[in-house]
Amino acid sequence: MSVIVFADTRGEKVAKSALETLTYGRKLASKDGASLTLVTFGDASVDKLAALDANKVVVARNIGDADSQQLTRLVADVATKEGATWIVFSHDDTGKAVAPRVGAKLNAGEVAGAITLPNDQGLIKRNVFSGKAQAWVELKTPVKVISLLPNSIPVEAATGTAAVEEYSGDLGTAKVTVKEVRKAGEGIPLPEAEVVVSAGRGMKGPENWGMVEELAKELHAATACSRPVSDMDWRPHHEHVGQTGIAIRPNLYIAIGISGAIQHLAGVNGSKVIAVINTDPEAPFFKAADYGIVGDAFEVLPKLIEAAKKLNAER
Amino acid sequence: MKAGSLAMAFTYRLVTFAARNVPHSMKILVLISHVPDTTARIAFTNDNTAYDTSGIQFIVNPYDEWYALVRALELKEAQGGTVTTITVGGAETDPTIRKALAIGADDAVRVDTAPKDGHDVAAQVAAFAKDKAYDLILAGKETIDHNGSQVGPMLAELLDLPFISLAAKLDVADGKATAERDVRGDVEVVECALPLVVSCAKGMAEQRIPNMRGIMAARTKPLQVIPAAATEALTSTVKFELPPPKQAVKMIPAEEAGKLIELLHSEAKVI
Repeated sequence: MSVIVFADTRGEKVAKSALETLTYGRKLASKDGASLTLVTFGDASVDKLAALDANKVVVARNIGDADSQQLTRLVADVATKEGATWIVFSHDDTGKAVAPRVGAKLNAGEVAGAITLPNDQGLIKRNVFSGKAQAWVELKTPVKVISLLPNSIPVEAATGTAAVEEYSGDLGTAKVTVKEVRKAGEGIPLPEAEVVVSAGRGMKGPENWGMVEELAKELHAATACSRPVSDMDWRPHHEHVGQTGIAIRPNLYIAIGISGAIQHLAGVNGSKVIAVINTDPEAPFFKAADYGIVGDAFEVLPKLIEAAKKLNAER
Repeated sequence: MKAGSLAMAFTYRLVTFAARNVPHSMKILVLISHVPDTTARIAFTNDNTAYDTSGIQFIVNPYDEWYALVRALELKEAQGGTVTTITVGGAETDPTIRKALAIGADDAVRVDTAPKDGHDVAAQVAAFAKDKAYDLILAGKETIDHNGSQVGPMLAELLDLPFISLAAKLDVADGKATAERDVRGDVEVVECALPLVVSCAKGMAEQRIPNMRGIMAARTKPLQVIPAAATEALTSTVKFELPPPKQAVKMIPAEEAGKLIELLHSEAKVI
């Protein structure tokens, strides 16, 4: 019996979302007395892979993550050979494409975007209605697939001495191929950021974003924006959070000059703490906020930057 | 006679020239979900086991409408072809389907069943599409009620097709699809030969408001209702809950704005 965790181990550091899936998989394995197998791909060194908290690592060296059919064959093949009962993914760009495919291939139920471990009745919680409600889901199949929403469980750091095995099966040729990657530039990728500084129309124009960026830099935060701001091309589209942009759940979301329309809230209501700065005391965002300041962004932001600099100097 | 045959030869050449340059006319299937309006009240009935639909306005899932359907129509307008929509649901979804027809789809299919879960939706669509040879199957990146992002990739797997997720741009030329995806903060350009399944995200197209002619035409466009395939539920949603109410917001005077940073550090412990 085994629990399979699929994670992306590429890059200098193993991503927090990958460590979260390993923590989740380890907890499932401990409960069932099962062993934990990490399935991964790419060029991570054997030493790096062996040190992760798994009993075994299977790595497919010559594939990327663009073709979900190849990754599906890989995970389904290892899962079948090992008689896996649980298969855990991160609900990230890759996991969202591969986890449902693996579920369909193995006729296994999938919980997409799980935010908890199974409870005593085996039910798993996930967000529905764009975070405005939650649902408890039962998996009715012997093999169960989970994709874990990033930032849902704390990482329990553990190191292992896993045996690393290179995958030698046939994954077919990639039908989807990457032609080009355009780097968005420096800065923290929004979906991974623990602190996000976001601004809206209250900033009056793109030329005023310097203060937003400065506060973000002091707080080691990513920058984001509201829909009107991205529609007017004041800021790039990938910064747009909300119902039609991306949904994020950082530890802290600071919203400056954003009124808090329901479509915007749907993208940020998973944030642990929300601070809102707005000139309008009736702005709906204050109802969803933990901290609020009624005031003009151009007066408040310099004070926040100064306080953040002071805090950084003290620690 | 000589001139006539020359003219004929000339016409013939023109025809072959044109035929070679006419892009492949595409057969496109678009998945349309029927969802509560983005501002709808979220409440549950039957001991929190069912969404309370009383008084709720339903719409075409925005990702299906603004991005998947409109891009399908643009591709059809540029290259020729057909756009068919498919919805899994009861007769209550018909007005939503008519809206998609009013925006410009040629015809619609409704699989007549209340879907049991995301896999069921994918299985029903796969049962219909498997022998229809669609070149392109488009779906929104997720629905705004279940937010699962499951149906597109599951359908691709059931049809054994490649899948491009989260496409923000999509073009088709020479039997190949090229898409741009916003992933990990970067833009990735990917390519794949048809046929394939694509999930569509913001950036792909602009919303189209149906005009009166479209609305009138939609009334008589074909909406084929087909029986559901036999399926088994792989998952079941046992109950819903609403998040606990937020504690009252703590207000800080603008003059003391710097205090916010102190509180976020010492009280909320998030910086």
